[in-house]
Amino acid sequence: MNAPVKMRKPKETGVPENTKYLHPVLAKNYGNWKYHDRPRPGVLHHVAHSGDEVWTVRAGTQRQMDVYTIRTLCDIGDQFADGRVRFTIRSNIEFMVSDEKKVAPLIAELEKHGFPVGGTGNSVTMIAHTQGWLHCDIPGTDASGVVKALMDELIVEFKREEMPNRVHLSTSCCEINCGGQADIAIIVQHTKPPVINHDMVANVCERPTVVARCPVAAIRPAMVNGKPSLEIDEAKCMCCGACYPPCPPMQINDPENSKLAIWVGGKNSNARSKPTFMKMVASGLPNNPPRWPEVGAAVKNIISVYKADARPWERMSDWIDRIGWPRFFEKTGLPFTKYLIDDWRGSRTNLNASTHIRF
Amino acid sequence: MAKKMHDTPNLDELEKGEWPSFVTGLKRLAKDKDIMVDLLGQLETSYKTRKGYWKGGTVGVFGYGGGVIPRFTELKNEDGTPQFKDAAEFHTLRIMPPPGMHYDTATLRQFCDIWDKYGSGLIALHGQSGDIMFQGCNTENVQKAFDEFNEMGFDLGGAGPAVRTSMSCVGAARCEQSCYNEAQAHRAVLNTFLDDLHRPSLPYKVKFKFSGCPNDCMNAIQRSDIAIIGTWRDNIGTDEALAKKWFAKHGMDELVNDIVARCPTKTFQVKEIKKIKAGEHISSVAVSDTHAIEINNQDCVRCMHCINVMTGALAPGKDRGASVLVGGKSHLKIGGLMGTVVIPFMKLDTEEQVEILVDFSQRHIDFFAENALEHERSGEMIERIGMANYLDAMEIDVDPAMISSPRMNPYVRTDGWDDEVAKINAKKQAA
Repeated sequence: MNAPVKMRKPKETGVPENTKYLHPVLAKNYGNWKYHDRPRPGVLHHVAHSGDEVWTVRAGTQRQMDVYTIRTLCDIGDQFADGRVRFTIRSNIEFMVSDEKKVAPLIAELEKHGFPVGGTGNSVTMIAHTQGWLHCDIPGTDASGVVKALMDELIVEFKREEMPNRVHLSTSCCEINCGGQADIAIIVQHTKPPVINHDMVANVCERPTVVARCPVAAIRPAMVNGKPSLEIDEAKCMCCGACYPPCPPMQINDPENSKLAIWVGGKNSNARSKPTFMKMVASGLPNNPPRWPEVGAAVKNIISVYKADARPWERMSDWIDRIGWPRFFEKTGLPFTKYLIDDWRGSRTNLNASTHIRF
Repeated sequence: MAKKMHDTPNLDELEKGEWPSFVTGLKRLAKDKDIMVDLLGQLETSYKTRKGYWKGGTVGVFGYGGGVIPRFTELKNEDGTPQFKDAAEFHTLRIMPPPGMHYDTATLRQFCDIWDKYGSGLIALHGQSGDIMFQGCNTENVQKAFDEFNEMGFDLGGAGPAVRTSMSCVGAARCEQSCYNEAQAHRAVLNTFLDDLHRPSLPYKVKFKFSGCPNDCMNAIQRSDIAIIGTWRDNIGTDEALAKKWFAKHGMDELVNDIVARCPTKTFQVKEIKKIKAGEHISSVAVSDTHAIEINNQDCVRCMHCINVMTGALAPGKDRGASVLVGGKSHLKIGGLMGTVVIPFMKLDTEEQVEILVDFSQRHIDFFAENALEHERSGEMIERIGMANYLDAMEIDVDPAMISSPRMNPYVRTDGWDDEVAKINAKKQAA
């Protein structure tokens, strides 16, 4: 018998303080900012009540970064930004400088290393996304690859501020939607019920848990080939994939039948209207690696129609509120099918209970 | 030098184009690391077959129950051995960042050195929950890597049915619209629940998110069980110099079409200066020698739109604090839910006031732990039991700011009505 190894106890320190990581001008003026403007796309200029000013240069990253990329960003931070950086919720990196003269050379240095400067104001900013095939245990598609392919198409709009208002995008590799609500979201939409490996269910799955997980009560315990397993009422099943995480033998992902859907009009901000959830406007797009050209074309189409038609400050949802859904489908050329009529709980509030009809 | 690379014709396509390529990064790591050579092999296989090949498992660090996301390959040869053996284990460590995701480069470099030593060298900044994700580590090295991160002063994040890692916006550090000290509230709340964060034993996940103003840059209403969103009670602040500067640049058309027409309650008006009203609840500021803005703040819902358009000319008031909304979540199981108002306003200026938020959070989590069904989020629990019952349990008085409209059906038993009215009147008199 070996002597028991003495394990190191974790230091349960929780969320660290951010004070020592703040840029000195940010630390000095904490809670005392007066206003900001944007001298050019990718640059924010904040003025404090003290009169201090700080310029922030924002650049896009690939989110999944190798240590060499991070060290390059650190070199740039050391050279220009007092060795301080921060990241946005959408994986953009920000460098703060207290001298306006540093802005142009900082931008040049970032661009020299391939980091696009932009993502501020009314641009199309970086896509919030997930793990996909790289690391997830239940993905219907990839995440970083879809985002890379899309951002290659949208990089011009990332670097400009020419949209009516900001455009947030997200991608999600299953219907759990870890990518979150967005002006335009791309989400896997399965079209066939799970394929069950009945030999595995009894060993791998806690069957009552799986039964309870189904939103439409389509799963029930059954004996199959003499083994305890589960069966699905395929007429009830709406192919959401909720049973798959707790029971991997209920394979929901399918190379052909797991499609991609496009959703629009999610808005997190309380500005103007209350926050809105996004709505499905297209489905049936193929899961087509390595560059998902059909998805790219569909997203670019919606963005270009919105850009041409929306008024200043209209987010995607504000624009659709003004022009109405019939015009949205007409202008984007997207087919309005019966599958886009909501039939989930609360769905009647999504029907038109009025004679408010645009002709 | 690592072993020979696998052919990756699909992934190679993602090295083209102008956006920074994660594939180029993976390949650079693969020059020195067999784990990345084989990770690329497995990922290329996924691109060919359009299938995922990871399964979960049980890997953690001593003393904690969660925070590591275990991944084992399912891509096996016929004899059961992994097709890509050096990436057969590819676990992720979730590490909680400082509030607002501020770093110094020395810290980032130290992260890189540790992950270069023990892991694949791939780091996601940041995951959707807000963690720094150190991706790609074998089982043996998980503890070693964690020990070094932990010695730096960083701690594991949440996973599974636990309090999860939180996020807060840049906030007071650099934003004039910040209405409370987001970082302070973030740390005070989260660090109260480290046991529930590190040792998953709740019915399901609980997420907090901290946004400094109603622009809600953290998407708190849509995706957190408890959303703390900055707001203010007094009048919108004004600055005449900046208002005139804005107007000189943008003019009357933009003022009318972009702000007046977009004010959700139409409380924002443009008038001739001589017609501007004065009053306790009126904000007004001249934009030119002839015209001024008038806002009746009692009709303002603090949406932020006019402040966003005329930053500095208009600003949140001085009596700042936060609204707390409970119950946001995404689709599964019953459909997406947004958080709804539970605390219309609370001050968060002092430690004692922040403690009131911590205490509310504690009572929410205790009630959730006791009453939620397995795999039920806070919003689903409240939907099942009814908001009035939840408020009763939280000992929070009902308030019409919590609703969009009163009940639209008669299906309620109201024989306690007179008692409720008496209670409300008694409270009013005592106040």
